[in-house]
Amino acid sequence: MIKVENLSKSFGSKRAVDGVSFEVGKGEVLGFLGPNGAGKSTTMRMITGFVPPSAGSVSVCGLDVQENPIEVKRRIGYLPEAAPSYTEMSVLSFLKFAAEMRGLRGEGRRSAIRRVVELCHLENVLGQAIDTLSKGFRHRTCLAQALIHDPEVLILDEPTDGLDPNQKHEVRTLIREMGENKAIIFSTHILEEVEAACTRAIIIDRGRIVANGTPQELKARAATGKLEDFFRSITRSDTVAEAA
Amino acid sequence: MRASWAVIRTIAKRELAAYFESPVAYVFLVIFLLLSGFFTFTFGGFFERGEASLAAFFNWLPWLFLFLVPAAGMRLWSEERRLGTIELLLTMPVAAWQAIVGKFLASWLFLVVALALSFPIVATANWLGDPDNGVIASGYVGAALLAGAYLAISCLTSALTRNQVIAFILAVVLCLALILVGFSPLTDLLARWASPWLVEAVSKFSVLTHYDGFQKGVLDSRDLLYFLSVMAYALFATGVVIRNHRTG
Repeated sequence: MIKVENLSKSFGSKRAVDGVSFEVGKGEVLGFLGPNGAGKSTTMRMITGFVPPSAGSVSVCGLDVQENPIEVKRRIGYLPEAAPSYTEMSVLSFLKFAAEMRGLRGEGRRSAIRRVVELCHLENVLGQAIDTLSKGFRHRTCLAQALIHDPEVLILDEPTDGLDPNQKHEVRTLIREMGENKAIIFSTHILEEVEAACTRAIIIDRGRIVANGTPQELKARAATGKLEDFFRSITRSDTVAEAA
Repeated sequence: MRASWAVIRTIAKRELAAYFESPVAYVFLVIFLLLSGFFTFTFGGFFERGEASLAAFFNWLPWLFLFLVPAAGMRLWSEERRLGTIELLLTMPVAAWQAIVGKFLASWLFLVVALALSFPIVATANWLGDPDNGVIASGYVGAALLAGAYLAISCLTSALTRNQVIAFILAVVLCLALILVGFSPLTDLLARWASPWLVEAVSKFSVLTHYDGFQKGVLDSRDLLYFLSVMAYALFATGVVIRNHRTG
C-alpha cells in the first residue's frame, strides 16, 4: 500500500533523509524508530505530500504522491507531530470541519463523527474549546481527525507523545486493532511500543535506515536480547564513529 | 469543479467562524464603525459640505483601511504556521490555491459585512437630502475592491512569517506604498522635476487613482481590472511563498 523508493530530502546542505526505501502492506503496522532529528518526521511529511522530496518517489495505493497529490491525500489519515489543531474551535466543530474537508456530508458525517468520538473517547469534551483541553484530549482530538474518513493508510507521528500510561496503552491497542486491515506507519521514541503494537520496525539514524525487521528479529540481534540495547548499539556507534 | 468549490466553501466557513469565535470580529466592527463615523462627521465635514453625498465617508476609507484591513488579514496564514495547523490543512485533500482562495474569500466577505454596516451614514444622507444613490453604490463597490486589494497583500505578508506583528507591519507598508504613489502632495512634489508622463505613469499604480473613479460614480473596466489584478497577483505570490516554505 505504501511504497517508498530511494527517498531523499535536503534542507540547504543538510541531508535530512538519505536514500530511504521500504514498503508497507495492508495489515502491517510499521514502527518508525530513531533518535531525535533522524529524519522520521521529514519522511512522514514526504509520504503525506506536505513536503516534496528532493529525490526518490513515494506511492500510496499505487498512486504517486507527486503526480496525484489530492487522490493520495484522500487515502491517508495523518496525525502530525505535536498534534496541531485549531485551538479556538470546539472539538465537535473541529471534527465537523475535518469531515467536510473529506467530503462527508449529512448522515455520513454524523456517523463518522460518532465513530471517532467513541474510538478516541471524546464524548465528554465535544462542546469544549480545544485550547481549554488537557494535552491528552488535544492529542486524541487530532487523532480523531486522522481517522474520520476511515482511511486505508494511517501515518501517525508520535501518536502517544504526551499521553499518560493508561492513554498510551489505549492508543497502542487502537493502533494494533486498526492495523489488521490498514497500512499504518507510526513513529515513536518508546521502544516497548514497538513490541506492543508493531508487526515490523525500521530504525533510522541520520536519514538512513540502519535496521529493518520484526521486533523479534531486532531483539535477537542484540547480545542481551533487548530491543533497547540493540537500538543503542546501532545508533550510538555512529556518533562514536563521527567523534573518532 | 463542484467538489473543488465545496472544499473552498468549507475552508471559508471555518475561517469566517474563527473571526466570530474570538473577539476579533466584534472589536474590528466596533472600531471600524466608530472611526469611520468619527472621520466622516468631523474631519470629513459631512454636514459642512452642503451636499448630500458620502464623499466625507469614502475619502477617509483608504486611510482607515490601511490599518484595519491588515489587522483583519494578518492572522490568515501566520496563525496556521504558528499553530502548525498548516500541516493539517495541506495534508487534507485540498490544493494550496483552494485553501488560499477560501481563506481570502472569508476575510473579504467579513470586510464587506463591515462596510455594509456603515448603512446609517447612507440613511442619514438620504434623510437630510437627495443624494445620488447610484454614485453611493459605485462608491461602495470601489471600497469593497480596495479592501480586497489590501487584504490580498495582507494574505501575502501573512504567509511570509509566523509572527502576526511582522505580517501586519509589512502589509501596512506595502499598502501605504500603493497609496503614496498616487497621493497628490507627493505626486506634486515629483511633478516639480519629473516629466508629466512619468508622474502619470507612476500614479497609475496607485490604489487612490483607481479608487477615485468609483467615487465619482464612474465604473471603468480599467479600474476594476486594476483591483482584480492586484488581488490575483498577491494571491498568486502567496501560493509561491507557501510552496517555497514547504520545500524548505
